[in-house]
Amino acid sequence: MMTTRRSTKYGLRFIALAYLAILLFVPVGLILYRTLEPGLNHVWQEITTPAAVHAFWLTIEVTLIAVPLNTVLGILAALVLTRSNFRGKALMDTVIDLPFAISPIVVGLSLIFVYGQTGWFGSDLADAGIQVIFSVPGIVLATIFVTLPFVVREVVPVLIEVGDEQEQAAATLGASRWQTFRRITLPSIRWGVAYGVVLSTARAIGEFGAVSVVSGKISGQTETMTLLVEKRYGNFNVSGAYAASALLAVIALITLLGMTVLNPRKDPS
Amino acid sequence: MALSRRLAPVALLALVLAVLAGCGGASDSISGTDAGTTGGTSLSLVAYSTPQVVYDEVVPAFEKTPEGKGTSFKTSFGASGEQSRAVEAGLPADVVSFSIEPDITRLVKDGIVAPDWASTPTKGLVNTSLVTFVVRKGNPKNIHTWQDLLKSGVQVLTPNPFSSGSAKWNLLAAYGQASGKGKNPQAGLAYVKELLTQHVKVQDKSARDALQSFVNGNGDVLLSYESEAITAQKKGQKVDYVTPSDTIRIDIPIAVTKTSKHPVQAKAFLAYALSAPAQQVFANWGYRPINKGILLANASTFPVPSGLFTIDQLGGWTKLNAELFDVDKGSIAKIENDAGVSTSK
Amino acid sequence: MSTPSISFARLGRRKPSTKAYVAGRPGPLAVGVVMLWLSVIVLLPLSAVVVKSLDGGVGEFWDAVSNPQAVAALKFTLIVSLIVTAVNAVIGTLIAWVLVRDDFPGKRLVNALIDLPFALPTIVAGITLLALYGHGSPVGIDIAFTQAAVAFALLFVTLPFVVRSVQPVLIELDTDMEEAAASLGANGRTIFRRIVLPNLSPAILGGCALAFARAVGEFGSIVLISGNIPFHTQVASVYVYKQLESDSPISAAAVSVVLLLLSLAVLLGIRLLGRFTSR
Repeated sequence: MMTTRRSTKYGLRFIALAYLAILLFVPVGLILYRTLEPGLNHVWQEITTPAAVHAFWLTIEVTLIAVPLNTVLGILAALVLTRSNFRGKALMDTVIDLPFAISPIVVGLSLIFVYGQTGWFGSDLADAGIQVIFSVPGIVLATIFVTLPFVVREVVPVLIEVGDEQEQAAATLGASRWQTFRRITLPSIRWGVAYGVVLSTARAIGEFGAVSVVSGKISGQTETMTLLVEKRYGNFNVSGAYAASALLAVIALITLLGMTVLNPRKDPS
Repeated sequence: MALSRRLAPVALLALVLAVLAGCGGASDSISGTDAGTTGGTSLSLVAYSTPQVVYDEVVPAFEKTPEGKGTSFKTSFGASGEQSRAVEAGLPADVVSFSIEPDITRLVKDGIVAPDWASTPTKGLVNTSLVTFVVRKGNPKNIHTWQDLLKSGVQVLTPNPFSSGSAKWNLLAAYGQASGKGKNPQAGLAYVKELLTQHVKVQDKSARDALQSFVNGNGDVLLSYESEAITAQKKGQKVDYVTPSDTIRIDIPIAVTKTSKHPVQAKAFLAYALSAPAQQVFANWGYRPINKGILLANASTFPVPSGLFTIDQLGGWTKLNAELFDVDKGSIAKIENDAGVSTSK
Repeated sequence: MSTPSISFARLGRRKPSTKAYVAGRPGPLAVGVVMLWLSVIVLLPLSAVVVKSLDGGVGEFWDAVSNPQAVAALKFTLIVSLIVTAVNAVIGTLIAWVLVRDDFPGKRLVNALIDLPFALPTIVAGITLLALYGHGSPVGIDIAFTQAAVAFALLFVTLPFVVRSVQPVLIELDTDMEEAAASLGANGRTIFRRIVLPNLSPAILGGCALAFARAVGEFGSIVLISGNIPFHTQVASVYVYKQLESDSPISAAAVSVVLLLLSLAVLLGIRLLGRFTSR
């Protein structure tokens, strides 16, 4: 192992910690302080107003639809990318990456152009009485879009790493595709899947930009927790904004714990 | 476990949550208790950006009245123009209240609001306000008159008139006072041009966004509703406000929609909003009640400026909207365009 | 978090099968399902943006895109994102190095917190940064409504990308070469430059790609602290938002298309750079 000079070591450590302190620790500490300043009772009141309760359940509901869908299809996509040969694999790979490169505002915009009243399916949806934009389905679609890549991206390297010898062996022994998947593939990728699920969940709960555009911000109907935070902040209900943020931050920390514990490439120290 | 078995409980949970999430009212105030009826009539109020504080109290109070029993409200607040266009584009609404009349008449054209919405004793209005100068506490830059806004180095905040109703009122006030209540359009436009090009650096989307920006340290003076200034002060923000003697009276309309699925309750809500108890809530937050009795009772908070003028004195919305704010031909639209600000219909 | 684009060399190296569909592997149905999913969720809406942007013809597209405010927003976004990415490349690697090769009390906590900007909703980050480094700041720093504020917010949200890309590679790195070089008399800096860095550069570039993509589209954390001042602190995503809210959807779509193309171009550039440096 390369031995670094003492001074270099301390120097690097100092720079790293100083940077992190200014950028990360202090802001987060401030948020915690400001949130708890008015007292836990006040925080509880702020997160149990009817609007806040709605927002919380809506956020959970949207996440519980988007994440499982993307998990199942993500696993499928990962299998397809690593275990099949077909033309257009490179294209599929790029398309899966696109949600990373697109601004959430553009995501919202794109959904309006398809499902909005003046959009491609607008009149058909209106005739069928289905509301997508300004309603929960729109929020779900936006969330699915932005969380699409995570499970795929975590499972693919694992599938490559693990290789398909066992799967091929199982096939030669007569196992059906489903049996192979259930008994061999799935157990080998489960930590990758878990990590991907945690990442998608964090992203889904925190989504703001795309939802801003498609939701209509109807309090008690299409207002997610992040939109509630924005609204409260705009109404000078700063403590209320912080309280809702704190709830989101707690969920974030739990997710963070999940990420650290489940990280497939853990730091051995 | 087969995939379907794994997903079924999730789907069931999602369904339960959907029901839960859809129930009850949506008040966001700690003090306001919410009738929170499940399965009651659900009404939707779509309004401009600022009066949420008022409706957060008025709505639960309405839900406790005999006419309001069994109702629950969903509310949506945002920039007036944006909200109006959203309703036009399908945002469900039973009661609408915007900050300028054209945002309601837009919906008349689409058949969403009845053409006779304004034929009420209050001429379709729910409250009024004034254009005022919001300044930092203690008014350090000593801003008192419209001329002070043009002093060198003074940074003025006002929202974008093509998304915010408040902004149109601000510019109409500026135009009105400089043009001698419309008699000298050239002078009026010259003032507006100097204001917009030399002193306004950013135009936020809505009145509330602009106030937010001001409170966060941007600019020296904010043009806004008197009600915004009073609300901000009540919320502990360190601002003062100076109402110039020449200013315009802001008329806030309210209407029920023809597309409402619950017209009886919607009309009941509107009637309640105009009633004494609700109007007092408006007054508490700085909105000038349309109810004359309540206005009189709160006269000390709401002095009448000597040079007050109204939109009708300037020629009325139809004329002014076409002359000044029309995207293609309006004079102010042209000024905004030259200054590089986005405009719209 | 893994790097976004798999190099097809890697995919191909593992026992390439000549048969298209082998027993035990996902069949054409699976491929079809995935393609359908991707089309409906991603491709359909994106193509709507492209089509909408040309709704008024090429003329209107060009007008929307050459609007001075749009150009300023795009330019500012690109420049600040590139700067932030470059800073991340350096400091992210440094932080990863410290987290892997150094040890100090509280390291595990610090390591866990690196992921926080990713887990935290952007609007919460925005409020937090504004509270801390804006008007009424408890530490007396007021950078609200400045370009620095935008850079700061972007540094916050992109923090984890390079760090988390580099860490696993650094952990796996075989130290034999470093020791050999050291025994031959190379100093720390040379070892780092000649031996460690080339091994890390794919990971660094991968993390940079993620950071750049994130920075260029960022909205929630910037929208409060930047003041969205046109020609100064207004970023492309906010400009698109404003166009949409001002009922100019064609303009919004056109600028979105350009933004997307620009970010894809930079991502391609980063990928090419990776291929070039790994020669």
